[in-house]
Amino acid sequence: MKVMRAAHWEHFPHDADVGVRGIGPTKEAAFEQAALALTAAMTELSAVAPATAIEVRCSAPDDELLLVDWLNAIIYEMATRNMLFSRYQVTIADGELRATIWGEAVDVERHAPAVEAKGATLTGLEVDRRSQGGWCAQCVVDV
Amino acid sequence: MDLDRFTRQSETEWRVAPFGKMRVPAVIYATEDLIRDMDDKVFEQITNVAMLRGIQKAAFAMPDAHWGYGFPIGGVAAFDPDEGGVISAGGVGFDISCGMRSLHTGLTPDAIERHKSELADALYRSVPAGLGSTGKIHLDPLEMDAMLEGGARWAIERGYGRAEDLERIEEGGRMAGAEPGNVSDKAKKRQRKEMGTLGSGNHYLEVQRVTRILDQTSAAGFGLHEGDTLITIHCGSRGLGHQIGTEFLKKMAIAAAESGIELPDRELACAPINSPIGVLYLGAMRAAINCALANRQIITHLVRAAFARIFPDARLDLLYDVSHNTCKLEEHWLDGARKKLFVHRKGATRAFGPGHPELPESLRPIGQPVLIGGSMGTASYVLVGTSEGMGLAFGSACHGAGRRMSRHKAYKTWMGRQVIDELAQRGILIRSPSSRGVAEEAPGAYKEVSGVVDATDEAGLARKVARLEPVICIKG
Repeated sequence: MKVMRAAHWEHFPHDADVGVRGIGPTKEAAFEQAALALTAAMTELSAVAPATAIEVRCSAPDDELLLVDWLNAIIYEMATRNMLFSRYQVTIADGELRATIWGEAVDVERHAPAVEAKGATLTGLEVDRRSQGGWCAQCVVDV
Repeated sequence: MDLDRFTRQSETEWRVAPFGKMRVPAVIYATEDLIRDMDDKVFEQITNVAMLRGIQKAAFAMPDAHWGYGFPIGGVAAFDPDEGGVISAGGVGFDISCGMRSLHTGLTPDAIERHKSELADALYRSVPAGLGSTGKIHLDPLEMDAMLEGGARWAIERGYGRAEDLERIEEGGRMAGAEPGNVSDKAKKRQRKEMGTLGSGNHYLEVQRVTRILDQTSAAGFGLHEGDTLITIHCGSRGLGHQIGTEFLKKMAIAAAESGIELPDRELACAPINSPIGVLYLGAMRAAINCALANRQIITHLVRAAFARIFPDARLDLLYDVSHNTCKLEEHWLDGARKKLFVHRKGATRAFGPGHPELPESLRPIGQPVLIGGSMGTASYVLVGTSEGMGLAFGSACHGAGRRMSRHKAYKTWMGRQVIDELAQRGILIRSPSSRGVAEEAPGAYKEVSGVVDATDEAGLARKVARLEPVICIKG
């Protein structure tokens, strides 16, 4: 029997921007990993201390739009609080996502952010169960 | 891309006859080399755009076209509201009214060289750049709405610039029809501290030298001479535009599904122009255009202040300010009739030809300046709109070089410090808060802009006027 790799994230190429992909044993884990990929597109994840917790909620009519909403909710918190986040805990029930996200204020010297995310797009958008079990959640983020 | 999928109309025009649900042909303007290098996604996206209701003439892609969001970047499409025409948030993009503004400095290369490092530091200190940077102007709700209504005019009334700047900005510096009330509180909150900031990614502020004049008459009309120094600002509507794009992409996707609009691809989310969501988006998008115009106006003010400390006599008059992510109501000739159309330009620059009534008197005999950015360390170009171009793709041209390599690969390929040092050896000073950002934007990660500009010129979309090379580049 194939054993699925532990939850992880990766980037996939896009001509102008960056694709974020989260893979995990559950949909929630895949969403958490996609969020880590989002942060990693901007800075080194290990440089961001999970010091302050913030609650995030969003909802959408289907899983794919929920992923876009989730990533956009994080982008909004980053932009308005001037923070970066490095730890995510997600629960999803009946099309509603609730999450706690942990991070710290942007420190330009230490984080040296390469880009700022403008928004998650519907491009390359997929949320699905993989044949070997587990979930994949991905889309392109405009940076 | 496979050339067999096209009918070649000329050296630079490639046509796809309507098939399946396409309502009009798809046309790509490019040389054979450029089109071979284009992603297959451009074909898919431009033929998808050709399926949208109310589209006129053809779905066009410019020589720098690449994979976008629903629309290709470098896409142009015009819609007639009376024929059920649509407006698309993806067809405008997240960075609504992202664009270019160039200023004359009137300074010689020698004068710049004597103070180059000092000038680079002064500009870097004066114009906030990169994620986490905030401007000094914080807007309360009333001022936010006044800015969204007034654009660059609002900025000038508040002391950020001179009245004569306005005639060299599209729409006279203020986009009519903006509805600040259609902009969400979240979008306004995202913008509160971002006025006068450059942003990051491919946005920049450059000091450039005119190294070659390619059309003497137009150059003289634009006030350009070999050896002149220009400043060019590339940025857009910042967080406010991004949030509007985000919100309407979702709203349009849900509304399209609910109202049974058949979309070839979900990311082409759009709404009829004459529908409640279409009208709401139009008002919000126009407010975001004003936000971008105000933002570039404030940055101009900051640049002038930085220059004044080193060069007290430099006036920094505007050459022009033109956006390349918009949807605008314009009049065009179509099959012998004058029609009012909503023209989407996503990563495409308006390029109105001589005599166009939208141009200020001083530019009307010449045509509109078309400002094309290259990558950090490579050339940029000034082009001019042509009469011929008005009959091609609704008076539109390319907008830049386009990436050749993903950010991820560029980051793995170059070290930021090494890029900065190599450019310094060539006399180009880079200032940026992020070494990784510099690596991702390395000159080698972009296509050669000259090929794109040559194809634009050859196709007749716009004509080359001057080549510019960077001297100082501030990256976000």
